[in-house]
Amino acid sequence: MSAVTDAVRVAAPANPVSQLVRDSLIVAKRNLIRMTRIPEMVIFGLIQPIMFVVLFTYVFGGSMQIGASTSAAAYKNFLMAGIFAQTVTFATASSGAGIADDMHKGLIDRFRSLPMARGAVLTGRTLADLVQTALTLLVLAVVAVLVGWRVGSDGDTNVFKVLGAFGLLLLLGYAFTWIGALIGLSVRTPEAATSGGLIWLFPVTFISNAFVDTSHMTPWLRHIAEWNPFSATVQAARVLFANPGQSPSQAWPMQHSVLASLIYSVLITVIFRTLAVRKYRSATA
Amino acid sequence: MPGAIYAEGLVKTFGDVRALDGVDLDVPEGTVLGLLGPNGAGKTTTVRCLTTLLRPDSGKAVVAGVDVLRHPDTVRRSIGLSGQFAAVDEYLTGRENLQMVGQLYQMKAKAAKTRAEALLEQFHLTEAADRPTKTYSGGMRRRLDLAAALVVSPPVMFMDEPTTGLDPRNRQQLWEVIKQLVSGGTTLLLTTQYLEEADHLAHEIAVVDQGRVIAKGTSDQLKARTGGERVEVVVHEREHIPTAVEVLRAFGKGETTVEEHTRKLTVPVTGGAKLLAEVIRELDTRGIEIDDIGLRRPTLDDVFLSLTGHVAEAKEEDNGEQGREDNRTDSRKETVK
Repeated sequence: MSAVTDAVRVAAPANPVSQLVRDSLIVAKRNLIRMTRIPEMVIFGLIQPIMFVVLFTYVFGGSMQIGASTSAAAYKNFLMAGIFAQTVTFATASSGAGIADDMHKGLIDRFRSLPMARGAVLTGRTLADLVQTALTLLVLAVVAVLVGWRVGSDGDTNVFKVLGAFGLLLLLGYAFTWIGALIGLSVRTPEAATSGGLIWLFPVTFISNAFVDTSHMTPWLRHIAEWNPFSATVQAARVLFANPGQSPSQAWPMQHSVLASLIYSVLITVIFRTLAVRKYRSATA
Repeated sequence: MPGAIYAEGLVKTFGDVRALDGVDLDVPEGTVLGLLGPNGAGKTTTVRCLTTLLRPDSGKAVVAGVDVLRHPDTVRRSIGLSGQFAAVDEYLTGRENLQMVGQLYQMKAKAAKTRAEALLEQFHLTEAADRPTKTYSGGMRRRLDLAAALVVSPPVMFMDEPTTGLDPRNRQQLWEVIKQLVSGGTTLLLTTQYLEEADHLAHEIAVVDQGRVIAKGTSDQLKARTGGERVEVVVHEREHIPTAVEVLRAFGKGETTVEEHTRKLTVPVTGGAKLLAEVIRELDTRGIEIDDIGLRRPTLDDVFLSLTGHVAEAKEEDNGEQGREDNRTDSRKETVK
């Protein structure tokens, strides 16, 4: 009967940075354990992008003009960077839904009543989501190769450039997770977070260079597409993969896509992390 | 000197709804305060304000000697929270949940593990320790939830409707744990819809309604204000009602109320069990067959009726609490024995 009354001292707060790292990892571990207990979530998360790869390759391939080519093979190689980028950004919807669910079930309240680092719940969540996104991307890359995707189809590349491309894609995904987190904290139900987390992703991913050559768009739409942060990462991935369809545009993000992709992703992370953590601190939605 | 939990003039509005309308509380160290009221009265909002989860619009709150509004981080190290809104992760096992909470209370991984083990044993959860809590029964989940709040044996505890929705056996078990906890010197604020529960566990009861504390005192003091006991009789034959009313009038201390369709008669009395025996004898002498008879002590409804003039109806939760309360509460009425 001593367990109830045994005094356990609560340590004085450690260095705030090391506490944030430690607490974030504890929360990330929790979310990763959850993933293994709900494998169907991971599986559904995989089916959708695989379906996109197959559908776009076989339905659109051959009727799309990429640069001067209308060959199905060229579209395939053009498409994959777009699908990868779309996949990492769509993962943000489940992130937001997960946070809304934690909120709804009272877990966020439990965490908020504990003497833990303020940003840790969201940082842990986004890190765990990053791991899931990386796994999804890995499986997707294998499927892409199976349907005929080849890096270096339009120039030279090497293993570091290819890894760099995946790194930029993951960074974009991580940045977008924070937008998902903010949405998850702002809505009242997990259902609203799922739909609210998806709607805005359609214009962001479609008004871009992901699926079509932007040079066929009307000028004003083309400008939007070329300055879209999402396009910068797609373009950067194409450059690093040495895949066709790199936009010949004069727009700065298209000219310096790797740097632009980095800047955009870091900027989005900083802005939305700040907003999301602030929202979390006062969160009861 | 203010107590371990102290609140003065707490006000919180959600849009047009004034959820807290100036709540004052003072709980001396080592005692239990029962916050009694129907759904939507402001119990949960009060707890949320005191546990740093919600910032009141105005007012003052001090917990464990620390100003809640100025130093919420320090307060969090001294409190434990359990109840309807501070949940456990349903996909983690009981053990994983407790270890995680321990670590987030800044315990070392090994210490958190040892502590989790001890708590699982204490709360009879060792056997289920490695199953996801999704598979737990309601009672088991509540016990785990309470264990999570006790990981660091905080000096001040908050429990929000700890037994709502539990069956009587589980409720009894949880009461035992809570009593034990309090005997160890913990200060406890407990919210409940059940007068019986407050009666059992609390040194003092504060009745809340519409965001205000409308009465304070020991349970005996509150019951005295509500007019004490009643005798309730259900007669077998409808034509016996007038005779039964006559009998009850002789023993009662007030007007007899009659519910024709259920053949139920109620009259306020003083004199307890002895008087009840006399009533039964008299009814028997007159040849009135009865289906049910009993002595009823005041219920929460009675307390409310006498304090506010209205029954403690469960209001729709529309004060921004996201309806968390309504999916876990039942509308069962309790009769105090």
